[in-house]
Amino acid sequence: MAFDKMELKDIEVWDGNFAAAQALRQCQIDVVAAYPITPSTPIVEGYGKFKADNYVEGEFVMVESEHAAMSGCIGAAAAGGRVATATSSQGFALMVETLYQASGMRLPIVLNVVNRALAAPLNVNGDHSDMYLGRDSGWIQLDAYCPQDAYDLNFIAFKVSEDHDVRLPCMVHQDGFMTSHTAQGVHTLSDDVAYSFVGDFKPMNDMLDFEHPVTHGVQTEEDWHFEHKARQHNDLMTKVMPKIQAAFDSFEKLSGRKYNIVESYDMSDADVCVVCMGTSVETAREVATEMRAKGIKAGVVGIRVIRPFPFFEIGEALKDVKAIATLDRSSPNGAPGMLFNEMAGALFNTDTKAMLSGYVYGLGGRDLTKAHLVSLYTELQANVDAGKVTTQLQQFIGVRGPKLAFL
Amino acid sequence: MLELRWHSRAGQGAVTGAKGLADVISTTGKHVQAFAFYGSAKRGAAMTAYNRVDDKIIMNHEKYMQPDFVFVIDPALVYTSDVTINGKENTKYIITTHMSTQELVASQPKLEGKEVYTVDCIKIAQETIGRPIPNTPMLGAFMKISGMYDIEFFKESMVRILGKLPQKIIDANMIAIQRAYDEVK
Repeated sequence: MAFDKMELKDIEVWDGNFAAAQALRQCQIDVVAAYPITPSTPIVEGYGKFKADNYVEGEFVMVESEHAAMSGCIGAAAAGGRVATATSSQGFALMVETLYQASGMRLPIVLNVVNRALAAPLNVNGDHSDMYLGRDSGWIQLDAYCPQDAYDLNFIAFKVSEDHDVRLPCMVHQDGFMTSHTAQGVHTLSDDVAYSFVGDFKPMNDMLDFEHPVTHGVQTEEDWHFEHKARQHNDLMTKVMPKIQAAFDSFEKLSGRKYNIVESYDMSDADVCVVCMGTSVETAREVATEMRAKGIKAGVVGIRVIRPFPFFEIGEALKDVKAIATLDRSSPNGAPGMLFNEMAGALFNTDTKAMLSGYVYGLGGRDLTKAHLVSLYTELQANVDAGKVTTQLQQFIGVRGPKLAFL
Repeated sequence: MLELRWHSRAGQGAVTGAKGLADVISTTGKHVQAFAFYGSAKRGAAMTAYNRVDDKIIMNHEKYMQPDFVFVIDPALVYTSDVTINGKENTKYIITTHMSTQELVASQPKLEGKEVYTVDCIKIAQETIGRPIPNTPMLGAFMKISGMYDIEFFKESMVRILGKLPQKIIDANMIAIQRAYDEVK
């Protein structure tokens, strides 16, 4: 190989951004086309430095916008190569048009999305607004809760996305600042082991294969458009989850680290639970353990795979719990909240009699404290004791001013 | 769980200091977390950085903290920020200042009755490294006050962390760490 390998300690103290940059280096990307934006900048900056220092041999394309960044990734993926980039917030919003192109053209691209609020008002801190914006785009979406996850899930993303039965792009989400700029111990894989997990890129319908000419980015009107979209949806609904599970299984064999499509914590006998994503999952786990010491049987359900949505896995995880709180870190702007709606959908035709209430929290990086979660679990236990939801169905956590509650 | 809060100005190296400290502690088998509040991240703006250290995996991602130690690496922040916010009864303060501890406490009544230590990290950094970057000296002072590690082990670890800097800068940092260790009161 023409590039240098890097010696890593078994445990490196990395933030989520650097963990993702290291994973990209170890996967040996053919083309990174990127336009930096806070808080994801250090991912492509770190990758650019690896390139300058001869640790990678792919192309690094500097472009004039995030729209161009994803367009460049689409072109490179169609040409036939391993492709990745990173973005956040406004940059992600500008990419949205091209996100649908990438998934519709069935191109395996890995996009690290470092979650950040959407303006206005302008805010660089972490919430899930951009992640929610992408949820109908036809991409696979994986969610990291800490820097270790941000590292590991990149390998999973390439493995699944590039599988010839899948061929769909994949986002790896991490919380802006709370993961991206928080340094923690990360268990590393050696360069050889990491690369052998993702393997060499295997092209499919690549435009640079001149022996087999193909067309990408076609127009289909009412004659074929629906069939293309339905096929894409079919593959997301039927083919992706088994591949993710297989990737999680083989990754566990390799690293000893176990990931699940739905991450249940202390749910086997839980009376009350929260359903959430990102760093909040880990904080909630700590609080749930503390609640058990106070006699409240608390659990946590973390969503690891956001798209395709784990409809049946969620139903299974929540089947015996009595009161559920969904925590949406994005303003629903006139609706109950994405997680509230998805939980309601997943549970509606089941036998559960669980009470469901929704909470909006953490917008623009507002802290979710352990004290908030203690109150939340206490409120859920009060619902259980009363046998009904004692509050309005939608509440806000940690917002100043008069109490806001709806529905 | 050991929790530390840094008060700094953006550009003075609190984030690098917090991450460096986390790196050293991680090599001894403990679990670490280092993060910061950046705000709009303008150079010179007041900012805070944080460390958590524990024997088990750190799952708490809340930004709220009641620190065991507070480091102030810019002397003026004692007056323009509340460095005692969310403090505990036994929180220890290590503050960069040219004043004696007694003079400092007299000038900022909020520090009265607290366990306050002082060291002039700015002067030490200027005289050794040649720039007012007070982060590594603060860690030297912390080693003295906390007794966390032997100072020689700590310096050896910092040599590795500063790794890619020119040898002259690394040597100057080692002198700065030792001086702060010796001079903190």
